[in-house]
Amino acid sequence: MKGNEALAEAAIRCGCKCFFGYPITPQTELSAYMAKRMEKSGGVFLQAESEIAAINMVLGAASTGVRAMTSSSSPGVSLKAEGISYMAGSDLPAVIINVQRGGPGLGSIQPAQSDYFQATKAMGHGDFHVMVLAPCSVQEMVDAVTLAFDKADQYRMPVMILADGLLGQMMEPVTFPEAKTELPDKSDWAACGHKNGRKHHIINSLFLDAPLLEAKVKERYERYKQIEENETDAELYMCDGAEIVVAAYGATARVAKSAVTKARAEGIKAGLFRPKTLWPFPVKEINQACKDAKCILDVEMSMGQMIYDVKLATECRIPVEFYGRTGGVIPTPAEVYDEIKKLTGGAQ
Amino acid sequence: MAVVFDRPNSLEDVSTHFCPGCGHGIVHRLVCEVLDEMGVIGDTIAVVPVGCSVMSYNYFGCDVIQAPHGRAPAVATGAKRVNPDKVVFTYQGDGDLAAIGTAETVHSGTRGENIVIIFINNTTYGMTGGQMAPTTLPGQVTQTTPFGRNTDTAGFPIRICEMMSTLSGVALAQRVAIDSVPHIREAKKAIRKAFDNQVNKRGLSIVEVLSTCPTNWGLSPTASMDFVRDKMIPYYPLGVYKDKTADEEAAK
Amino acid sequence: MTTEIILAGFGGQGILFTGKVLAYCGLMAGKELSWLPSYGPEMRGGTANCSVCISDEPIGSPLVANPDILIAMNGPSYNKFIGTVKPGGLVLVDSSIVDEACTRDDITYVAIPATDMASESGMNGSANMILMGRMLVESGLFDMDVVKKAMEKCIPPKRANLIEVNMKAVQMGAASK
Repeated sequence: MKGNEALAEAAIRCGCKCFFGYPITPQTELSAYMAKRMEKSGGVFLQAESEIAAINMVLGAASTGVRAMTSSSSPGVSLKAEGISYMAGSDLPAVIINVQRGGPGLGSIQPAQSDYFQATKAMGHGDFHVMVLAPCSVQEMVDAVTLAFDKADQYRMPVMILADGLLGQMMEPVTFPEAKTELPDKSDWAACGHKNGRKHHIINSLFLDAPLLEAKVKERYERYKQIEENETDAELYMCDGAEIVVAAYGATARVAKSAVTKARAEGIKAGLFRPKTLWPFPVKEINQACKDAKCILDVEMSMGQMIYDVKLATECRIPVEFYGRTGGVIPTPAEVYDEIKKLTGGAQ
Repeated sequence: MAVVFDRPNSLEDVSTHFCPGCGHGIVHRLVCEVLDEMGVIGDTIAVVPVGCSVMSYNYFGCDVIQAPHGRAPAVATGAKRVNPDKVVFTYQGDGDLAAIGTAETVHSGTRGENIVIIFINNTTYGMTGGQMAPTTLPGQVTQTTPFGRNTDTAGFPIRICEMMSTLSGVALAQRVAIDSVPHIREAKKAIRKAFDNQVNKRGLSIVEVLSTCPTNWGLSPTASMDFVRDKMIPYYPLGVYKDKTADEEAAK
Repeated sequence: MTTEIILAGFGGQGILFTGKVLAYCGLMAGKELSWLPSYGPEMRGGTANCSVCISDEPIGSPLVANPDILIAMNGPSYNKFIGTVKPGGLVLVDSSIVDEACTRDDITYVAIPATDMASESGMNGSANMILMGRMLVESGLFDMDVVKKAMEKCIPPKRANLIEVNMKAVQMGAASK
């Protein structure tokens, strides 16, 4: 199954009741799959007039307590930024998928990872975070959707799955979880009609009283702290005794893994650190991966964005080098291997 | 002694932030009277926008969602699609509905979303201090048209009901005003018709209310009502621009 | 062991479908696999290509840079990828369309007039399957019963008649050796 389709099927099985989207390459198969499947499964599919409308339809549906999702690719995600900020400010859960492509502007339609800053640092105006998951296979896309809906509900916040055109377009075998029958109860806050049985619920991000807004934001940051403590995840591959650790996520991590495997076969002590959560960034895990490292090689399909988190997390104790391709160009295992070799001087 | 005039149950018992002479209070009351009469407040979800009417979330007695600027029809679409048995309405001003939110307004209309839009036209951006709105009249002085709206550079006011009436998904497009008692009675009837349409799954109903903004117009409350009658109504004629139900009955 | 394949040609020649059948062969044979199409303007009538990896181990990069096997169904695709094939690799071209002569002596080069063969037997549009059939006997990658099972997975029931046509073309390709 194609990555994009797998994301859609997984969402339906998670009890996602509605999908609002707008066509954009390379995520369009997701919308097309939803159009076919959603109504049959008793849900709502709607092609909105814009990305802006789509995210606000998600806002409206999520406000009433149902599981809602939208997906797009880089330029469309920029348009959704406003809605995502409002959702974060209103403590609304939802899942947003970004199948990244090259940018800035209209850019290209080929895979890229140049929205890392946007996703992890500045997904809209104001003090807030969205949780960002980074799968690297079609199966992991499915797993990420399941996790995303659960965490969105648990922490009442938008969760983003940061994929890319390669993961969206590729086909791999995949197994799906059973369809969820029990979903979290949100009746203590959702705006779904009070039936004259309680005070009205207000879903709102406006607090004109500055100290009140400050308190709201601080309360949210307390939650973020818990997330940073409990929700980080990463894969450590051949990191035991690794003198060079390659840091990469998503599709790039697959390329890097091939290069690391080859390097190990050639006698170079290489390992791979692959964050599966980008926010929160797996600080503990990268330090574990790099305990024997003399050098970190950060590899991305961008001009270098995650590299700042890598440096911060390791407190710049170890030199961090960078190799990246951007604009939709995918690095090859041979290129990454060459970088590893260059940095280590070959087999020790 | 018998009580002949009281606050509608659907209106929260709080004082509002609206200025003296502002039309929002009247329209809030009309909407809540209708919700009372229909007995649906417990199954209603209001969507409030950005602008003066944002704080209506404190006044409407139903559950409320606050939407980003202009996006109320999209938010209402999301809420209604997953809750087809609830009553969903937006309450939007002219800057919100007719400028930044034009796309959402038009497309919710053309899709025939089964929602109600209460559209307050007071020819200005009230909350930000009286800038030109898409509905500001030619020659009208605002903070951003200090020499009067020059249609050569600032374009012409937009007539929303006329435009919405061209869309197949719209069930009702009616313009009313609150400058006189007969007009207020008419406005309530239109609002009732709009909500009835929703219950009967007729599609989108929009009621445009010509309202006042004494503070930003620099007029007294009574002079503001004169402005609605003498200046606004001639440019924005009152009336029913589209009524699917009435048209169908007439055709029978 | 990992076999990396690139299939390339015009849009409409069934390049992506052929890749999909090969990927499903991998699934039926219990192997690890990945299929990655080129997408974008190519999908709308230009050139199309896809990468297929079949492996005994989890697959790293699904994007094939240096294929073990190349099937080229037009000249531009041949020219684009011929230099990337691994030494000792296998290259199949549709000689009905590709005029270019083989420029490498370190590969196995097979040229068959697949498009002509298909139209002569009343199977227009099956050149892709003929080339795949030949590739399978040259490489020994999958048995015919695996291909049949994969074909059944790739073709929806309402178009089941195509299974037989495609299998016939695959066998024709296999027999062309």
